Amino acid sequence: MDRRSLLKKLFFSIPLLVKGDLFSSSEEGNPKTQKTKSKYGMAVQVEKCIGCARCVEACKIENNVPKEHSYFRTWIERYIVKKDEEITVQMVDRGAKEYAVPSVEKDILRSFFVPKLCNHCSNPPCAQVCPVGATFLTEEGVVLVDDNRCIGCGYCIHACPYGARYLHPETKTADKCTFCYHRLKSNKHPVCVMVCPTQARVFGNLNSPASPLVRVKRMKNIHVLKPYLNTRPKVFYTDLDGEVR
Amino acid sequence: MNFTILNPMLDVIQQVTGYIYPNEMEIHWKVLIVVYPYVTGVVAGAFILASLVKVFNVKEVQPTYRLALLTALSFLLVAPLPLLLHLGHPERSYEIFLTPNPTSAMAMFGFVYAWYLMVVLLLELWFEYRRDLVVWAEQGKAPMKWIHRVISLFSKDISSQAVAFDMKAVKVITIIGIPSAFLLHGYVGFIFGSIKANPWWSSVLMPIVFLFSAIVSGIAMVILLYMIITPLRGKSIDMKCLDRVTSYLFYAVIIDFSLEALDFIHRLYESEESIQILSELVSGKLFGSLVVIQVILGMLVPLGIMVVIKAFTLDQELRKLLYFVSVILIQIGIFTTRWNVVIGGQMFSKSFRGLNTYTMELWGLEGLVSTLGLLILPFIILFVLLKIFPPWGMENKKANGSGPPEPQVSQGPEAAAVSTAASH
Amino acid sequence: MTKKAVSMKNFVQKIPEQIKRLSIVFFFLAAGVLLARAYLVPTELKESGIHRSKTIQTEISRKGSYSESEVCSECHDDKDTLKRSGFHKFLACETCHGPGAKHAEDPETTPPSAPRERDYCSLCHAYDASRPTGFPQINPLVHNPLKACISCHEPHDPKPTEVPRECSACHGGISRTMAISPHIQLDCTTCHEVPKNHKTTPRAAKPSKPESREFCGKCHAEGSDVKGPPRVDMKTHGEKYLCWQCHYPHMPEAR
Repeated sequence: MDRRSLLKKLFFSIPLLVKGDLFSSSEEGNPKTQKTKSKYGMAVQVEKCIGCARCVEACKIENNVPKEHSYFRTWIERYIVKKDEEITVQMVDRGAKEYAVPSVEKDILRSFFVPKLCNHCSNPPCAQVCPVGATFLTEEGVVLVDDNRCIGCGYCIHACPYGARYLHPETKTADKCTFCYHRLKSNKHPVCVMVCPTQARVFGNLNSPASPLVRVKRMKNIHVLKPYLNTRPKVFYTDLDGEVR
Repeated sequence: MNFTILNPMLDVIQQVTGYIYPNEMEIHWKVLIVVYPYVTGVVAGAFILASLVKVFNVKEVQPTYRLALLTALSFLLVAPLPLLLHLGHPERSYEIFLTPNPTSAMAMFGFVYAWYLMVVLLLELWFEYRRDLVVWAEQGKAPMKWIHRVISLFSKDISSQAVAFDMKAVKVITIIGIPSAFLLHGYVGFIFGSIKANPWWSSVLMPIVFLFSAIVSGIAMVILLYMIITPLRGKSIDMKCLDRVTSYLFYAVIIDFSLEALDFIHRLYESEESIQILSELVSGKLFGSLVVIQVILGMLVPLGIMVVIKAFTLDQELRKLLYFVSVILIQIGIFTTRWNVVIGGQMFSKSFRGLNTYTMELWGLEGLVSTLGLLILPFIILFVLLKIFPPWGMENKKANGSGPPEPQVSQGPEAAAVSTAASH
Repeated sequence: MTKKAVSMKNFVQKIPEQIKRLSIVFFFLAAGVLLARAYLVPTELKESGIHRSKTIQTEISRKGSYSESEVCSECHDDKDTLKRSGFHKFLACETCHGPGAKHAEDPETTPPSAPRERDYCSLCHAYDASRPTGFPQINPLVHNPLKACISCHEPHDPKPTEVPRECSACHGGISRTMAISPHIQLDCTTCHEVPKNHKTTPRAAKPSKPESREFCGKCHAEGSDVKGPPRVDMKTHGEKYLCWQCHYPHMPEAR
């Protein structure tokens, strides 16, 4: 090979040397060891959700989420797109007696339920802004909050684009979905996944090619919420309508 | 397995329009978080005014120099209080010092505050007052005598060299202090401006807008205090000084207004997804506080007044009245600016489909009463500081006719300025 | 004294008195802070790493109220077998019976709940326009309103008590839409061929849908002998498109 092509090859290999960590997530390590560790994620299949809110109730019981109306680790949204493009969004609350069931089907173009929860982002804005490092990303990709360190400043709650966090009224610390971390070690699934009657929620190890989660990612078109914010969520939605925020 | 809806929540639910994420029902940054940027803003602004004297050698503004520094100190001492009061666990706040998260702008608070307090403001005050402290410690009566002696660190040297060194030190500290003041308030703007999840806050301009609003409020606060304290002391207001300071205020207001207008125009022009809900917000819930108070009363009216004063030659008394009205309007306007940023940013849902509500309570840690208390506290502290460190001190001694004649100091330019100040 | 010591002494003397005094103050402040940090602060608060591993331990050792279906089937094998082949095979036991961890530990004293009211089944099975089509839904107000659901449907292997006679039993939404359209005159089977076992295994044996323009042309073409429907010239009207790309077949000319 002559000098010119050698120099060309060297020149174009420079980016490989400096690729560095500019665009990688906060928990990327040696690719070899990465394969053996678990990295948890969830898929939400919107086309299967029937909005029964069993997941919401189970989560509240399992994780001692405050019973008051405005604290949720996971919740269901109902979208109604009318023929005149008017869009209504409501929160599904099967406990409250006055939730509205759309009765006039004539005007509805399409309607569906969307379960929401903490997305356990790989580039979590909440962990970025916590002043004392109380919220952090574990090796398995789960974002946790350290109850003993959190000072209750509320910055992470504002930084979360998905509204997944709240300030616990009793502990006065930030709280959110933990993928039922206490169940993961004994190979149990989060309770929302377990009680879903239609298997709309699929949980698994993103690093294991044999997990049902990876199958969903292989077979369906995958969306995430607010991708333009580059939070790199690990909760993947299938059949997600463009109107969902 | 029913979930009960608590009655207070029911009120809130009924005032929510559209759809908000369920966890957004309760807002977390309430009026205390409005007070904090307001207070640090006054600190930064007052310090910038003081720096005009030392770094840019604007002699006419000298009478307000020490007052500006003391104002900055009294507001700075109050600054951490709203933060501590609003935290869920204030007893753990020291963690910000111990294990700060380096990616968090809020973690900078401890260090920036400590730096500014210790290295900039206290040091500058010490060097500025040291000579007077030594003299007062010599001539004064207990207990003030001992306070002065301790604060001067038992220093005794008031030779011309030492005083010249003091003045030089003040100049150096002020030069360091200007970027430190920018940092002290700019980082607050960055705390809001770096939140990509919230389009009302997320903006490159946010730290700059915060800073210039701060400069406006700081200068206006010093003017206000000067105009109130001077007649109380029985002295006449130095109109040259006042006119000059108000000029600077005028320029600052122009820049601040231009920046805010730019932000507004830019938003409307780009018309991103959030424009719809934000327009609803501004034309609905925030109309009174933003359009009426912040823009018209807080910025356009004072701007108009100052243009009129610059364009026409007005009688001194009329000018004083107009200045007074302007600075009060500006204070209200800047406080409301902070309100609109902090509270406004939480009044709409991140789903862009709904609006929330906030009613400030009367009592309680985040209530109206405690807010007023926090806002009055700096003035009380200032009152105490003015007693311990009279900015126009030399003149008090002369009026009392007590003590030995003043020690001779060589007539350097700083000393000349000091004695001019003393003669007011 | 050596030259160096003399010049050092001179240097120190030259430092202004103010700086000396201030340095002493700062020294004490700094020393105080460092001592406090070294001796008064517990190690775990200083080191993020230690604190986090403790947090992870705390999270792991949290006790939850839910168990999992495998645990239930250890004792309730009969119900598990019953559920395994029915429509509820994907439901976890705790979906309906609530948290079962306490019961799994101490079966005698803490029985889990067993919902028997109509309200409970309605949470999933009441008609709701936002639910995906084909999910079994009924209108609880008219579907045997006074009876408990479980009196006809075994909850662990639910089947309709009888094979539904009308398509509208499962396809209520479509049926109601058609009810106000001109196509009400048509039977579902006019356009859809329904295989025999569609009513017992709906997803495994799906009905057919028309595949060509000519199908609609059977009634709507210029020369057809069916009386009544609006006629179009099949050659020119919407030439290359399938009819239902514009006209929703269950409510054509929907207003």
